[in-house]
Amino acid sequence: MNNLIRLGGEGAKLVDADPWMLALTLPEDSTALLILSLSDWLARQPEAVLRAEQISADAVCLQPDDEAEQLEPYLAVLPLIAVHFPTFRDGRGYSQAYLLRTRLGWQGELRAVGDVLRDQLSHMRQCGFDAFAVREDKSAEDALKGLAGMSVLYGRSAIEPRPLFRRRDTL
Amino acid sequence: MYHYDEYDRALVTERVAQFRDQVARRLSGELSEEEFLPLRLQNGLYLQRHAYMLRVAIPYGTLSANQLRTLASIARDFDRGYGHFTTRQNIQYNWIELERVPDILERLAQVDMHAIQTSGNCVRNISTDAFAGVAADEVLDPRPLAEILRQWSTVNPEFLYLPRKFKIALCSATEDRAAVMMHDIGLYLYRDTNGEMLFDVMVGGGLGRTPILSQPIRRALPWRHLLSYVEAVLRVYNRHGRRDNKYKARIKILVKALGIEAFASEVDAEWEHIKDGLAELTEAEFSRVAANFVPPAYLPQPATDLGYGTALAQDAQFTRWVQRNTHAHKVPGYVSVTLSTKPGGDIPPGDVTAEQMEQVADLAERFGFGEVRVAHEQNLVLPDIAKADLYCFWQAVCDAGLATANIGLLTDVIACPGGDYCSLANAKSIPVAQAIQHRFADQTLLQDLGEISLNISGCMNACGHHHIGNIGILGVDKNGSEWYQFTIGGAQGKQSALGKVIGPAFSAAEVPDVIAHLADVYREQRIESERFVDTVARVGLEPFKARVYQREEASA
Repeated sequence: MNNLIRLGGEGAKLVDADPWMLALTLPEDSTALLILSLSDWLARQPEAVLRAEQISADAVCLQPDDEAEQLEPYLAVLPLIAVHFPTFRDGRGYSQAYLLRTRLGWQGELRAVGDVLRDQLSHMRQCGFDAFAVREDKSAEDALKGLAGMSVLYGRSAIEPRPLFRRRDTL
Repeated sequence: MYHYDEYDRALVTERVAQFRDQVARRLSGELSEEEFLPLRLQNGLYLQRHAYMLRVAIPYGTLSANQLRTLASIARDFDRGYGHFTTRQNIQYNWIELERVPDILERLAQVDMHAIQTSGNCVRNISTDAFAGVAADEVLDPRPLAEILRQWSTVNPEFLYLPRKFKIALCSATEDRAAVMMHDIGLYLYRDTNGEMLFDVMVGGGLGRTPILSQPIRRALPWRHLLSYVEAVLRVYNRHGRRDNKYKARIKILVKALGIEAFASEVDAEWEHIKDGLAELTEAEFSRVAANFVPPAYLPQPATDLGYGTALAQDAQFTRWVQRNTHAHKVPGYVSVTLSTKPGGDIPPGDVTAEQMEQVADLAERFGFGEVRVAHEQNLVLPDIAKADLYCFWQAVCDAGLATANIGLLTDVIACPGGDYCSLANAKSIPVAQAIQHRFADQTLLQDLGEISLNISGCMNACGHHHIGNIGILGVDKNGSEWYQFTIGGAQGKQSALGKVIGPAFSAAEVPDVIAHLADVYREQRIESERFVDTVARVGLEPFKARVYQREEASA
């Protein structure tokens, strides 16, 4: 994918050559690494992957109607999970990400795709996303400025399990 | 009052800088209006009929005198010299320029205020009883837990793009003065016999096109679980609430579709995962926040004050005002006073000028402990006035034009801004309210009618809460002209009820007559000191309908 930002040990970076292609409808034939809808992903996997005995060659993309829990049996064999924001105003992806990180224990890449914009990036990051495929007509470099957000978060997040009231006096 | 610490202050300051940048990017065209819309809404900014409207949060309705002066300065420097107080303890400015909004927010931040999440599909301002902390019938002060909820819900990243707006109210008095049952989550706070703070949690209330009163979802929730339980409700709602139709997107529709039992078991399943552990509130945090709400240094008052007694005996106008506009206080010798924003004339309900705000701030410092409240009925409250000072105080309130003795009476109208300002409105609200206030200006008649709540909304979004008014008036559009539909029998509080439609709508000119007919039927039918709403409950709609529509046919 183009226009990709990824968080890493040394902070956020623009990713030049990302091998993955988002394919929410299954292409006829493709040599790229594909990020598939859940139903396409399930249909394409060999038995061994579905039994969680073999790493999948394909990544999966959750749509807003999908439940994060549906991925639970396959977490060990998924190379990457994407969460699709058909519009940035649909906030279901935040809960999906939060659950994947805090409840289901997903530790691999969690990528926001779709209507991914600068002004929501910090919220996405706090909910556990570590990669952001910024909408293609927008500048990813510019979007980097949106990642930090504000320095104060009252509640908990996927990256800070303690609410502020448990951190307040550590200052 | 809650006083910001460095975290709270950093958050509002950084938020101003963030929105300043977003406004600049909107003005340069870098952000489209579609992209900017939710950002500005979450900073309280609506685009109305004539200009932008900025809605500023007054969390749980509590203001310091200094904060009120800042609100006055904003009215004067950025608007047309007045502000409009709303039913959910916010203030709205109606004539705002986009370019200047960051400066307004900066001025608010300097006095620990903000406009965060006063609009948009997120958790809105937390509201409660205007008499919180001082009411004689209160079990405990709800404000510390309201503040804890305010903080938790502020810029909570998972819940900023909910299916629809989300309103939470708390109440911990015998009488519910916070309209708890029309909120998405309503919280009744009390203590058990061991002194433990508990909540009865209500869910799924809301007005709008589909008015529904909330239902109990969990009894006796220990206070430590407040945040985790609210989080569970919000997560279930965020995941499963409808997003295909904005009129079916409130949590009330989800609760109705699933049924309260099924919805509650979804919430419980979610809550099981999160209820214990780090989300649990701590004694230390409660104490930290509660320390901001310690009662002021009340002075011992004489059991009977001679001057006060004399004033009551000699000044009938004062006596009437005391009867209507004061509220019983926890502390002997004190009362809470409601300043009416509904004098009638050409003043829209809830509108207060910058000068009046400054007068009220001065009065709060001179007679009270520098604190002001905003009531659900769009009035201002000074919570702590000594009875010994009341006569002197009343004279000052008269000078400020806020001493109309009509609290709870027919002219204490709740009204939305309506078609004069709001681009959603089907009809005007303000002139209708004014016509009614004019018609019922006679104090003797007004007092005789007693307690009647009258609520006016300019469209079915129901910002004037017409469904829960004893008399509700809804502005409707019929072929491009403005008509008004009446409901009667609605009520707020613990006996909340939705009003019932009495029949076809009326023109604006007919509205005062319709009210007069309703009032006549009430006076004929009432038994002793029965209130209007009780008479409606006892005799039903028919006598009212018969009079209202018979007269109409006769005059047609």
